[in-house]
Amino acid sequence: MIRRLEPRSGEVIDRATPLKFTWNSKKHIGYAGDTIVSALLANNESVFSRSMKYHRRRGVLTADYWDPNTMVQVGTEPNVRGAHRLLEADMLVSAQNAWPSLDFDVKAANGLFGRFLTAGFYYKTFIKPQRLWPAYEKVLARFAPGGVVDLNTPHGYHDKRYCHPDVVVAGGGPAGLAAAISAAQAGMNVMLVEHNHHLGGHLRWGTDEDRAVADELEATARMAGVEILTDSTVTGRYDDNWIAVSQRNHPGVVERLIKARAKILVVAPGLIERPYVFAGNDLPGVMLSGAARRLINMYAVRPGNRGVVLTANADGDAAVVDLERAGVEIAAVLDARAGETISKASGSSRHLNSVTLLDGSTVKADLLVTAVGWTAPTSLLNMAGDRPCYSPKAARFFSTALPDNVIATGGIVGDGRLDELIAHGASSGELAAERAAAVKHRLRSTVTRAQTPEGPEPPMPADHRDGLCKAPHPELYRSDTHGMVDFSEDVGSKDLLSAAAEGFDSVELLKRFTTATMGPSQGKLETVNTVAVLGEARGESIEEVGTTVWRPPYAPISLGALAGRVFEPVRVSSLHEWHTANNMKPILAGQWIRPDHYGDPAAEVTNVRTNVGIIDVTPLGKLDLRGPDVPRLLNLLYTNEWSKLPVGRVRYGMMCAEDGVVADDGVTGRLGEDHYLMTTTSSGAGQIWQWAEMWLQTEHPDWQVHVTPVTTGYTSINIAGPRSRDLLTRLVDDVDLSPVAFEYMNVRSGTIAGVADCFMWRIGFTGELSFEIHVPAGFGLHVWEQLIEKGADLGVGPFGLEAQRIMRLEKGHFIVGQDTDGLTKAPTTGLTPLIRLDKADFAGKPELEWSLGAGAPELPVLVAIRPTDPQLVPDEACQILRKGTAEIVGRITSSRFSPTLGRSVCLGQVTPEFAAAGTEITVRLCDGSDTTATVMQHHAHFDPEGVRLRG
Amino acid sequence: MLLVPCPHCGPRNSADMSYQGEASSRPDPSSTTPTEWREYLYMKHNPAGWLRENWYCSSGCRRFFTVERHTVTSEFREPPLPGSKTPRPTGDGADPARGAP
Repeated sequence: MIRRLEPRSGEVIDRATPLKFTWNSKKHIGYAGDTIVSALLANNESVFSRSMKYHRRRGVLTADYWDPNTMVQVGTEPNVRGAHRLLEADMLVSAQNAWPSLDFDVKAANGLFGRFLTAGFYYKTFIKPQRLWPAYEKVLARFAPGGVVDLNTPHGYHDKRYCHPDVVVAGGGPAGLAAAISAAQAGMNVMLVEHNHHLGGHLRWGTDEDRAVADELEATARMAGVEILTDSTVTGRYDDNWIAVSQRNHPGVVERLIKARAKILVVAPGLIERPYVFAGNDLPGVMLSGAARRLINMYAVRPGNRGVVLTANADGDAAVVDLERAGVEIAAVLDARAGETISKASGSSRHLNSVTLLDGSTVKADLLVTAVGWTAPTSLLNMAGDRPCYSPKAARFFSTALPDNVIATGGIVGDGRLDELIAHGASSGELAAERAAAVKHRLRSTVTRAQTPEGPEPPMPADHRDGLCKAPHPELYRSDTHGMVDFSEDVGSKDLLSAAAEGFDSVELLKRFTTATMGPSQGKLETVNTVAVLGEARGESIEEVGTTVWRPPYAPISLGALAGRVFEPVRVSSLHEWHTANNMKPILAGQWIRPDHYGDPAAEVTNVRTNVGIIDVTPLGKLDLRGPDVPRLLNLLYTNEWSKLPVGRVRYGMMCAEDGVVADDGVTGRLGEDHYLMTTTSSGAGQIWQWAEMWLQTEHPDWQVHVTPVTTGYTSINIAGPRSRDLLTRLVDDVDLSPVAFEYMNVRSGTIAGVADCFMWRIGFTGELSFEIHVPAGFGLHVWEQLIEKGADLGVGPFGLEAQRIMRLEKGHFIVGQDTDGLTKAPTTGLTPLIRLDKADFAGKPELEWSLGAGAPELPVLVAIRPTDPQLVPDEACQILRKGTAEIVGRITSSRFSPTLGRSVCLGQVTPEFAAAGTEITVRLCDGSDTTATVMQHHAHFDPEGVRLRG
Repeated sequence: MLLVPCPHCGPRNSADMSYQGEASSRPDPSSTTPTEWREYLYMKHNPAGWLRENWYCSSGCRRFFTVERHTVTSEFREPPLPGSKTPRPTGDGADPARGAP
């Protein structure tokens, strides 16, 4: 029986703090410091899961984070690593991947048909006939492994941290600790990241002397000021030592992602013990030497009663000693160094009963401990560009070449006594400190203007460390029987051989076809065995077969940690609170929250068309342009002519990218001799600013222009409707607003409702007489409220984005990006007169010249469209077809019901063949039915002559 | 993430920057041919080696600058001195020789 041992030195459990918890509705008690699995083992539980494909019972294998057999459900959290997660009071732990229970699992029937469930079984079986896939899917979904996701799980709080340590050390074993200490003592700012809960690596489950060394190293590291993170993993190393660290034990945070820009990364992950492949190697009771020693020395749990040990190294020998001390009867010890090994393990499905040796003799045992060698977790080295190479002598992979800013130390580099490992770590820390100083110098030198570099850049300090030897180790991968290679994915050596026979005989193909190394253990346990079995199939050595590339993340990281908190800014205008208090129905437009309407957009339209309405257009991009060369810049950005714009006038312009595609539009007004205000679309504000800067900085650095974004510096309000002049007159004293003095497409500056330095210009997106006013943002609300108050008898009312969209569509004004797309070159918008090819240069000029020239390809044209049925509003993006065919000849880009005209109105793009006024076109609606519509002569459905807006 | 050497702000994360692509020279719009212009618009050299490219320090000084980056090792060469005219175009993206800033 597995059970808790008497208190022993070095145990990490706190017997003074018992914790109650539940396992599959059975009540148990463990101690603080226990992992879920150590507590369960102490309570005589030995089966923790069912395997993925065959639903075989599984016990503990490695007793650490990478244990493939101990994934459990904790409350609503699925796929918890039970051998790593610490026990908490009242934890609700249950087995997953078993139905109806762990003890009786109907899907274990898969095991009976195991010989049919070979690699690729699902791919091959369920591909045909394709129409049956939905039915297959329903059944197969029940066979998918993993825990249960509770869709009502409350949101966890995730956080991120950014930091700039000089040295990050990945791994807190003896070498990593020594490296961190010497780097910190050399004055470096050091972060040490340990995957497990305790520092010291393998010393933690070693002898009392080992633990004393670990404690001393830990104390020295803390004294030296090393920042120590436990239960945290360096999950990735990216360009320029951008290091991702997943921190699982930060208080108040589910999981924290640390983004560290390290000058030097020291990689000291130690070694991971490798399972042996033989029949029955996944029976509960078969475990690795590291598992047995962790359980005994850290958690005071006896892993079995009568054990067989297969040892090929000192750790296996130490396991024998530990087992004996824990009261386990040693039935046999097989020394692989002397050529001894085992053949297979047998037992009931619940437990190991006996071990068969090579000579066929059997030994009764309920515990089989194997120590057959190591896998070097070279992930971080891979991520730094290293391609490790296999050494048959030492039976593991070693690094070949690393960049200067990545240094490896410890077991991943070689073997040695503890003092040799520590010495190597210490010299690695010194090297890291020297190189970090060189990198610092280089980074400081980057800003040549800000400061003078401190002398010439020193060469990168060379590596003068004494190396570690590569101790000989027998190559042990598979016995004379077939067993499990990938425990997580239920892939056996037989599966690998048959997949190789099918032609999947490159390691990267084999991996993807069989899914070996792709489960929760992520190759930490099974990669080298996979390569070894493939080597057998190909009759080649491991060296020749090569290995797969390990990619980030080293250990799984939750999506929540990657997402972190939302940093997306939300923008509102200075009138936002007024809108909110007045029944605004908001709409998210880019980053802006804007009023879509205030209850009834159609009524808002009617009010603007008959009385007067006001709309908050603050998000409209606004750029303040100053300098004598502004007209040259405008000529370059816009397609039309800007040289002779008089002071006090505004003009509409269209901007193209260098490929001639419409990029933005808007109006720009000349406020003074060398002072202009440019407006852009709301979504284009940032890009046009950058676009203007690009031309000024790169092509024309000699031009004298200052570009200042003032979008939020002004609250912008459009006052639209036949009574808009009456309204604005009541608030403005110092500007003559009469039609003669202030004509259409003019700009004036003056005082509005007592607020000085406002701009007002007469333009009209809605097609009505309208004034767009730009008020210093701090006074925006005051002016808005004055407009509402002073215009009460004129019927003034606010209108939102929806009403504006309806009115601009009635008026046939297109919206860049909605009615245009990535193929809309300027001439096809119907605004060809705005393209002035006689200008020397403007963005996109050559393309426009060619698209207006003879032989240019015919592109879709923007036209106004009216459905034949005036009550029918085709959805935006409905296709326009050639009558009686399925040939797409265009699409509806905008559509609304016009309250003014009492009918539906659209804009759309059609091929030139269908662009003539009066052409009848076929529109396919979303429900699949067709309707007809007519192409109109003018873009404007309403007031095409523009009488109203010029009033 | 790349550490991009802005000549004004110093080394900054590439996420603080806006990548402007390979440096290539804008042909004279009055005399260019469709082939030449579209080469400029669309055809990138994409060498495995040193590449002259443009960055915009969008979260910092908001200056455009040209640097050379090794596309295999992600190493940057000294950026040109601030204040010197930044050639948006130089067209020799594949040229391994370090161009004078």
